[in-house]
Amino acid sequence: MRILLALLLAAWLPLAATPAMATTEPTAMDPVAARRLVDLAAQLRCLVCQNQSIAESDAELAVDLRKQINEQIAAGKTDREIVDFMVTRYGDFVLYKPPFKASTVLLWVGPIALLLVAVFFFLRTLTVRRARIQERPLTDAERAEAQRLLASTDRNKS
Amino acid sequence: MKRIGLYLLPLAAFLVVAVFLLRGLWLNPREVPSPFIDKPAPAFSLAQLAKPDAQFAPADMKGQVWLLNVWASWCVACRQEHPLLVELARNKAVPIIGLNYKDKPDAAVKWLAQLGDPYDLSVKDLDGRIGIEYGVYGVPETFVIDKDGVIRFKQIGPVTEEAWRKTLLPLIEKLRSA
Repeated sequence: MRILLALLLAAWLPLAATPAMATTEPTAMDPVAARRLVDLAAQLRCLVCQNQSIAESDAELAVDLRKQINEQIAAGKTDREIVDFMVTRYGDFVLYKPPFKASTVLLWVGPIALLLVAVFFFLRTLTVRRARIQERPLTDAERAEAQRLLASTDRNKS
Repeated sequence: MKRIGLYLLPLAAFLVVAVFLLRGLWLNPREVPSPFIDKPAPAFSLAQLAKPDAQFAPADMKGQVWLLNVWASWCVACRQEHPLLVELARNKAVPIIGLNYKDKPDAAVKWLAQLGDPYDLSVKDLDGRIGIEYGVYGVPETFVIDKDGVIRFKQIGPVTEEAWRKTLLPLIEKLRSA
């Protein structure tokens, strides 16, 4: 159990670490803009090396795209505008967090729907089972038998 | 009978999931669908490779079905598709415009002199900016652009004989007759 926990923890650590910029580009920029650059770049997938964000990747395209983001921040674009710029060129695939729309409904709603279905069947099974149990009072003969059995066990104990 | 149906439910669910996963095995994650399909090709104006004084803009190709082929002399896969492009040019199959992506003009000119020049002309995208405008994320990529300047298809990676025969040529013929 402890080993499992340690393994889980080890798997979690890299996720917790904040993405560092892959290369040292000229960063003579104010800290707010630098922060925005890193945040934006971390949301966007590098299409060359698909399991890295634009912030982490060393691919030439990622370097160019960071430059683009940088310029657009300098030009006063909002985060939203910059993300839209990327999406119109590279599609939703650049977003690590897919948007909610017709083609992604299953993705977003699926798990919740599955949970609801499971809860529904669970509750229904419970009701069906409860209905099947018949409450029936004991007959006099049965009661007497039960009391005899109880009495006999009591005697055995003492 | 109803009970059997209930027992088969997990099996059915498993099969559905299995079919989806199996399908996923054959999808190529490198082929990201282009958001530009059926959208106008982004406008640009760039200096030509052979004639640095002359410019080229996609609007110049209005009324023709043409290919925009993104290439570079440093690109290995471009070498692979190049003979096919040369052959297409020799047969005058379709006008091909080259977007020379993040390349050194000297190296690009030498490359064409060595391997043959299939392009009606090439333009220089020195810093890759137009590449970004077109959502290029790898070289080579080839766009099929129709008479109205609308992008109809994007070939990611080299144009193979098979891709030409099965996809590009039929599409070009359809667009021409449209």
